[in-house]
Amino acid sequence: MIERLDTVDMMVNMGPQHPSTHGVFRMVLTVDGERVVAAEPVIGYLHRGVEKLCENLTYRQIVPLFDRMDYLADYNNELGLALALEKLMGIQPPRRAEFIRTILCELTRINSHMMFYGSFGGDAGVTTPFIYAFRLREEVQQVLESVSGVRMMPNYIRVGGLKDDVPEDFRDRVARLLPRLREGIEECDSLLTRNEVLLARTRGLARISAAEAIAYGLSGPNLRACGLAEDVRRTEPYSIYSELDFDVPLGQNGDAWDRYCIRLEEMRQSARMVEQCLEKMPEGPVMAEMPKALRPPPGEVYVRAENPRGDFGVYLVSQGGDKPYRLKVRAPSFCNLMALERLLVGCYIADCVMVLGSLDIVLGEVDR
Amino acid sequence: MSWVLDLALRTVAVLGFLVFTVLFLIWLERKVLGRIQMRMGPMRTAPFGVLQSVADALKLVLKEGLRPDGADRWVYHLGPVVAVLPALMVWVTIPLAGGLVVQDMRLGVFYIVAISGVSVVGMVMAGWSSNNKYALLGAARTAAQMISYELPLVLALLGVVMLAQSLSLGDIVEQQSPWPYLLLQPLSFALFLIAGLAELARNPFDIYHADTEIVGGPFVEYSGIRWAMFFMAEYVNLFAISALAALLFLGGWKGPLLPDVVWLLTKTYAFVLFIIWLRATLPRLRIDQLMALAWRYLVPLAFANILVIAFYLYYQMPGWTLSLASLAMAGIALVPLYRHWSGRAPARTRTADRGGLPKVESRA
Amino acid sequence: MDVREPGDRQQALAAAVDKVLAQFHPQSEFIFDELVVSLPPQAVKAACQLARDDADLAFDYLRCLSVVDLGERRQVVYHLYSTRHRHKMVIKAALPADMPAIASVTSIWPGANWHEREARDLFGVTFEGHPKLTPLLLWEGFPGHPLLKSYPVSGLEDRG
Repeated sequence: MIERLDTVDMMVNMGPQHPSTHGVFRMVLTVDGERVVAAEPVIGYLHRGVEKLCENLTYRQIVPLFDRMDYLADYNNELGLALALEKLMGIQPPRRAEFIRTILCELTRINSHMMFYGSFGGDAGVTTPFIYAFRLREEVQQVLESVSGVRMMPNYIRVGGLKDDVPEDFRDRVARLLPRLREGIEECDSLLTRNEVLLARTRGLARISAAEAIAYGLSGPNLRACGLAEDVRRTEPYSIYSELDFDVPLGQNGDAWDRYCIRLEEMRQSARMVEQCLEKMPEGPVMAEMPKALRPPPGEVYVRAENPRGDFGVYLVSQGGDKPYRLKVRAPSFCNLMALERLLVGCYIADCVMVLGSLDIVLGEVDR
Repeated sequence: MSWVLDLALRTVAVLGFLVFTVLFLIWLERKVLGRIQMRMGPMRTAPFGVLQSVADALKLVLKEGLRPDGADRWVYHLGPVVAVLPALMVWVTIPLAGGLVVQDMRLGVFYIVAISGVSVVGMVMAGWSSNNKYALLGAARTAAQMISYELPLVLALLGVVMLAQSLSLGDIVEQQSPWPYLLLQPLSFALFLIAGLAELARNPFDIYHADTEIVGGPFVEYSGIRWAMFFMAEYVNLFAISALAALLFLGGWKGPLLPDVVWLLTKTYAFVLFIIWLRATLPRLRIDQLMALAWRYLVPLAFANILVIAFYLYYQMPGWTLSLASLAMAGIALVPLYRHWSGRAPARTRTADRGGLPKVESRA
Repeated sequence: MDVREPGDRQQALAAAVDKVLAQFHPQSEFIFDELVVSLPPQAVKAACQLARDDADLAFDYLRCLSVVDLGERRQVVYHLYSTRHRHKMVIKAALPADMPAIASVTSIWPGANWHEREARDLFGVTFEGHPKLTPLLLWEGFPGHPLLKSYPVSGLEDRG
């Protein structure tokens, strides 16, 4: 007790300008020496009022806004919106479109997890994984670019299907990409995963039990790291995921190391899914018969999709008309970030950025 | 008066050499790091970007030096000077070849240890006076890290000094023919290298810079020429530690065929490249792990090492016994260290099989 | 999403929910495959507690908390999920627009914390018993609640 009397807690404002907060994000840390006593995440620096904007745009105009929420998982976001409207309007997109969507979404997942991998290495203090990850991302990016013409914010997945069919050499490009991807993932794995220093830094770091993770509303790899097989693609399959053969990787301890490993494994699974999609992808149209104006009937719908960061939910309330009455997005990063307050307590200052990194957030989605 | 002139000339020559070396080292590091990371590194300034460091240095010199409000003026301004001077002064007694030295001191090793210990004061001054919390944390980390690792570093040097029975770097090099001390006492070498890395704050020990955590530590508020002084101090120290490793453990300038200077520089740059390689490979340790490494492993090991060397000298045993004992100790020390850090090989993720899940409703 | 009709499991769930929450007089209906239960606002917290603790329901996961501005009412919508049984339910409560207040569910699901703060920011709904109902997405002192239908989309910047 005597020693405790001498120490003075210090408040450290980490962010919003900080190299490792993964965006404009602030952590107000109360530290006792190097130990974090209390932490308060502060968000909202990137709040653009996307939900409000959506209420004043037609359904087709909303798609680009969805790209700008989780900008690392743009295709997945678009898919979420498309699923909501298709469910509400009773549209069945053509099979070919479903397969292409799945390929694009899984490639985006690899892209996003690669980003995580790179920045996680950076948080740990080594820059090489970042470059390795980006080299791999570049190859994925080129395939995605050949499809939609842009590198970010594709605006490609539309209600009822896709904007256009993929280019003729799409199948070849993806087929060529897959072995490179597998190789690259293994390379990244061997570069960082078993590194003793990384193990020392991440094992047992920011552990959270399954019960607590559920209570906090964690989802995606962060929840599966606790050993819970909660993957929307498996529990409530959408699109064609029920036809695909894939494993849901699970962690054991719910620590930062598990969260890291799961994302690595998910990339392998995504590559598997892309391969199956390539095999099964039929020819045919990519757009369903659609009315000229999107006017869903009055009603409401809540759909979920498994984004790279977790359970992405779209709650759409329609009162007829060509604009949504209310469009609420359940952003996985937003919910995952909530647990930070609890995870940081007891960590060292040095761990803060790693814990944050292990949650893998995208601020564009947190603040919307 | 001629000895004054002589000394002045030598000093200027060493300073010039160091400035050139720092510029070269920075370029080399960026280039090597780039190649390891499958990039080109600097390419735009002159062929292969060789003038990149010059351009950077010019930019830093011309840049406005800011002092934050509320910074302690004198301490803030003195900090970089106190940090850079010892780094340069050490070079008074580090020879580049037999006789190619400003002043070969009889107490050379002692002098180096004593002077280089002052650097930390400059860093702490910088961190304390900046009126910035990151800098303050960095200063605290600097003090803890530098002082903790001084101990194993000095003890490792002590092993060499005991064998050579001299504190002069020139004598120590002469003593190392035909067998360099690396073969005779690999443990001292390992200790020296680890502690040296920590003193240099290079990966995996770049804890007080930690640009992803405390954004540069003690130097966060510095800019322009003052920041460049810290930077220079770091690279001079990097070169000094590498040169010392070459001098103390690899037989210094001794080597066949090539001139002495070339041999020493080759060995020194081998270490420099090794350190750059580590930077590209290893993540950063945490402060508590760093301290545990020093006090739980390195310091006891260094003491044990000295005991073994004392036995060896007292009983005049053959050289290979010392090598073996040294290796064995290093091996024994590695086991708990490995356990401590990585534990048993962690299980990878397991996968959820399909069977355990409730049946999903079929498609409509 | 192809599942447009409630399946057998949802029907069974609806019966179970009706039984467990009977004391709150829930009105349940199906919207597509979602079981939507409307409750009076003052019953929401107790009902949520029951829905989480009851072994058959076990709604341990708050998926989403939304507010919909319906003019004279503000509807708070809770999307619940059970990781144990893998079923889902929606709870709705309509609050009067002039005094939108409802009991916080943070003590039941800590994950409701930011959702409720966001809802307060954007819709002005007060969550009683919330540990720290300060602005989350907006800055302190932001005038108005932007997601209300009465809040204009543009023209505010000019007013300074």
